[in-house]
Amino acid sequence: MSLHAEHELHGRRRSRNMGLGIVLLAFVALVFALTVVKVRQGGLVEAFDHQPRVSLTPIEPAPQVTP
Amino acid sequence: MTDINAYDTAPEAEFGDYVALLKPRVMSLVVFTAFVGLWVAPVDVHPFIGFCSILFIALGGGASGALNMWYDRDIDAIMNRTQGRPIPSGRVQGNEALGLGIVLGLISVMMLGLVANWFAAGFLAFTIFFYAVIYTVWLKRWTPQNIVIGGAAGAFPPMIGWACATGGIGIESALMFALIFFWTPPHFWALALFMKEDYHRAGVPMLTVTHGRRSTRIHIFAYTLVLAPFAIWLGLTSVGGPLYMAVAVVLNAAFIHGGWQILRRAEDEAVADGYAVEKRVFKLSLYYLFLHFLALLVQGWMGGW
Repeated sequence: MSLHAEHELHGRRRSRNMGLGIVLLAFVALVFALTVVKVRQGGLVEAFDHQPRVSLTPIEPAPQVTP
Repeated sequence: MTDINAYDTAPEAEFGDYVALLKPRVMSLVVFTAFVGLWVAPVDVHPFIGFCSILFIALGGGASGALNMWYDRDIDAIMNRTQGRPIPSGRVQGNEALGLGIVLGLISVMMLGLVANWFAAGFLAFTIFFYAVIYTVWLKRWTPQNIVIGGAAGAFPPMIGWACATGGIGIESALMFALIFFWTPPHFWALALFMKEDYHRAGVPMLTVTHGRRSTRIHIFAYTLVLAPFAIWLGLTSVGGPLYMAVAVVLNAAFIHGGWQILRRAEDEAVADGYAVEKRVFKLSLYYLFLHFLALLVQGWMGGW
């Protein structure tokens, strides 16, 4: 009976490490793709930019005309 | 020559053992029914958002599977069918399964909330809680109606899929719930009639043991009768259509007929032909659920009434 440098245990350990690595990489890719999709769905994002912008101002009700 | 085998007493798990903790076969049913729920909903979902929603619903289902295996590790070691599971066979420690279940549960709920909406995420959290705590911990070992309660956990996925798209509940999603909910008891009790499992040795009350096999046959027939109106009613809603209706009428007639045959049989007749009818009805019940949801899928693609 010969001694092996690699025990059968190491194979199982490697399968765990590889599996977890692949899962984590896939999760990173998924979150990135999700971000791209969500940002595109949101349309143009506008915020305050030191200038009054008509598209950002709330719509005011039309003034009442008194006869 | 002497080898030192210090490791062999505590075998380390490989990746597949952790996958097995998530009950991949149950997960495939969750994926299918949740997808149908999402697909037939009247709101269009971006394909990638839909894919991620189904993925995290499945992961939540897997988390509850791991929690179930953690809690049931004592009875899993007794029953033949479950002795090969990762915990009873010693490949995974009980605490690892508990940790994995809790972490994956949290991740799946958080991610579903970010992907779809927080109503769907809350629904998923409730489903995990319902299966892991209310079913597994509380009711499974206490009442012979455990199958009925457990069926509710399996019936939530299409409602969660629907909620991912619409952000709420509709009559259609409630009826999809009812379809799986009332289908589960006759399906499992038909199995229990011919699979003489050692549930009672493990201390799990099964209807076949607590109330007898005669009573189980009556229960099976009664549930097929209750199930049929809900399946037909689903066909009358916005997700139904001629194709679904045709499938539902044929399958429900066949299922009720099967339940009736099971009811009419005496136990010695069943023993004589090796539970042929019970096995046939069990097989039919598998097709019953699969074809109903497949019909919903195709009908959703074709357009309904």
